[in-house]
Amino acid sequence: MAELQQAVAMVFAWDVLAVIVGASLFGLFIGAIPGLTATMATALLVPVTFFMEPLPAISAIVAATAMAIVAGDIPGALLRIPGTPASAAYTDEAYLMGRQGKIGQALGVNLACSVVGGIIGVGILAFFAPLVADFAIQFTSDEYFWLALLGLSCAVLVSGADALKGAISMVLGLLIAMVGMDSVSGQIRFIFGIPELMSGISILPVLIGLFAVAELLRRLPEIGRTSLPPAPHVAKPFNGVGRLMWQYKGGVARSGLLGTLIGALPGAGADIASWISYALSRKLSRTPEKFGTGHPEGLVAASSANNAALSGAYVPALVFGIPGDTITAIIIGVLMMKGVTPGPDVFTTDATLVNAIFLAFLIANLLLLPLGFLAVRGARHILSVPASVLYPLILLFCIVGAYATNNSMLDIWLMLGLGLIAYFMVENDFPIGPMILAVILGPVVESNFMRSMIKSNGELLVLFDRPIAAVLGSLAILVWLAIIGSSLWSARRARSSTVST
Amino acid sequence: MTFPNKPLALSVGLLTAALSVGAAQADFPEKPIQLIVPWSAGGGTDAVARQLASGLEQELGQTVNVVNRTGGAGVVGHTAMTMADPNGYTLGLVTAEITTYRHIGTAPISYEDLSPIAMINLDSAAFNVSADSGWESLDAALEDIKANPNDYTVSGSSPGAAYHLAFAGFLNQQGIDPNTVALVPSEGAAPGLQELAADGVDFVFSSLPESESMRSSGRVDTLAVFADERLEAFPDIPTSEEVTGDPWAAGTWRGLVGPEGLPDDVVARLAEATQKVYESEDFQTFMANRGFGTAWRGPDAFGEFMAEADANNAEIIDKLGLAE
Repeated sequence: MAELQQAVAMVFAWDVLAVIVGASLFGLFIGAIPGLTATMATALLVPVTFFMEPLPAISAIVAATAMAIVAGDIPGALLRIPGTPASAAYTDEAYLMGRQGKIGQALGVNLACSVVGGIIGVGILAFFAPLVADFAIQFTSDEYFWLALLGLSCAVLVSGADALKGAISMVLGLLIAMVGMDSVSGQIRFIFGIPELMSGISILPVLIGLFAVAELLRRLPEIGRTSLPPAPHVAKPFNGVGRLMWQYKGGVARSGLLGTLIGALPGAGADIASWISYALSRKLSRTPEKFGTGHPEGLVAASSANNAALSGAYVPALVFGIPGDTITAIIIGVLMMKGVTPGPDVFTTDATLVNAIFLAFLIANLLLLPLGFLAVRGARHILSVPASVLYPLILLFCIVGAYATNNSMLDIWLMLGLGLIAYFMVENDFPIGPMILAVILGPVVESNFMRSMIKSNGELLVLFDRPIAAVLGSLAILVWLAIIGSSLWSARRARSSTVST
Repeated sequence: MTFPNKPLALSVGLLTAALSVGAAQADFPEKPIQLIVPWSAGGGTDAVARQLASGLEQELGQTVNVVNRTGGAGVVGHTAMTMADPNGYTLGLVTAEITTYRHIGTAPISYEDLSPIAMINLDSAAFNVSADSGWESLDAALEDIKANPNDYTVSGSSPGAAYHLAFAGFLNQQGIDPNTVALVPSEGAAPGLQELAADGVDFVFSSLPESESMRSSGRVDTLAVFADERLEAFPDIPTSEEVTGDPWAAGTWRGLVGPEGLPDDVVARLAEATQKVYESEDFQTFMANRGFGTAWRGPDAFGEFMAEADANNAEIIDKLGLAE
């Protein structure tokens, strides 16, 4: 209880609250602009958080991402262009509601459901994470090896239609993670005589390159064109929202739970959560035929789920140090740099900080309501910022951000180079998610494997000696079989369809 | 938002240095000071450096810019400290690793290339075992290690880190070949302690604040701390000397240095200012909150301390076969 009181005192300091509001506004702006994602908002925020204490640093990211996901709904409903991928599942629905003159209602529902979904997610996170941690305290390097491998494998499995492309993207990530001194053996790998690479490629230039630079390159052709039509005016956003949500209260609760769960899976984040809960609510609906015609039921479900998923991703991140999505991959890096190592004992060693993070989550989600309202009102102005002003500004942010952590020019070149690689990957339908998770999880897999081998003098079967390790190991092998099976199946189907045409 | 602009600061520094050749040092410092940190922003050493820098700014009346020069396990930053102009405007926060590089063979630099100013932090390494290990005392654990060579494992850092050397040196002092306890490398104390609680390894070395939460939750026992006397904050934990009779103080530490050949009056001025910061309530509270131990040594005592640590590490690194 004393910890909770301390946590409250920590969160309600003026600087933390100021950071939360500021980061929310930043997230709102990034999220509302089509193509700029919540992950990008995080990557751009990280350099700024270096100069903060741990709590405001994490709070900033929590607030910015929650707001970015919500703000992403706005251009979706107004212009039929999702602001972030997490809104893509229900963009059509919201837009069609707008065409029927219910634009205010559509956005109001988005906003209110996001708040409720977010709060459900935070509740689950705060309640379950310490329980999982209690269990995880018995994990040794054997269990961590399998868990991290499982995370990597799931990332490939859920990454998209083509598992092979996901796997290639993962292997590229592993390659990046290998550069520098191996933490276990002290071996120096792939540094090409550049001493700065000895401590490895820092995560920040990788993130900014993959998520911000690549996206800027993709949107380069838009510069100089007024690509966005003027947004319609929104009247009375909260009209009838309460009644609608009450009508679909079951859907809100179900999607909140489902979203949190999906968020907790490594590799699956807010975008997948919203697609799945949209599909599920259609399946369970009494009126499935109305879906896709401007019907609020799917909107309610999916916009609750994507914000819940944000919190869900923090469960494995805090308990195991294994990220649930790309945003928490960044969070783990930030925590480590602040001297806080995520892991089961973080709930005892840094209990106050963890509680404070949960509170910051809650506040950020509650702030969605007033700030989201503001965003709906101001959407016209945000959307009218010309690309030719915005993109150079973001590129400037990227360069300063990549440089600031290590004061290294090398990091800027790495960022630009990786951005270019990521651009070609995305253009050819390679998912980026597995790559970034591999950069984070690769060293975890490898170092824990090495530790187990040192302990057992190289006996491989020791990895199945402990019961939990054996279960996790079997699961990981099953996931690999599923990946191989699904790619064989799709290859065969592709071949038979070419034959028939 | 300001970011330390290294090339600019450096060229301005060089220019001013060139202009002020021969000028009396009496007015030191006349311009901003750069404090090199060999580890990344946001880490423990960085936090100490930033706290020290903000204190020094008040004492010296000049801006003190913290510049993180990371890479190569601290080699890059430490090398930058040794190569700076000895005029007092480029200083560094040196860490225990400086007494290992030339012995391991990563870089030819050592404490001899630096002018010690003040040591401000010392974290003694402690000897932890799992609470259900059955070892109640350091004696019993040492006997078992002697009786069963190659049966036990230890964790808590990467090979050759200051705490690893403290632990291996202790075994060596007790007549045990440090190679008979295999090191399972970990990234810091927290994952090592977790392995310990889950029975993955037998021993973990860490600082006392680092193992405090595991100790208070009853998962880990600390048998001894490698210090000259018991730590004020942990009066129940004996020193290894109380058990073995042989003095052994080792761990990790941080201090303020300049490049070799820093003028004496500049060293004196900086040491005086650093001592004021060190004694301030702000600094002491900060160190206590972040779990860092405090220890004060002036320029001469700090120099002797580094020389002794350097000699100890030379022997242990050779025994462990860590030299490349």
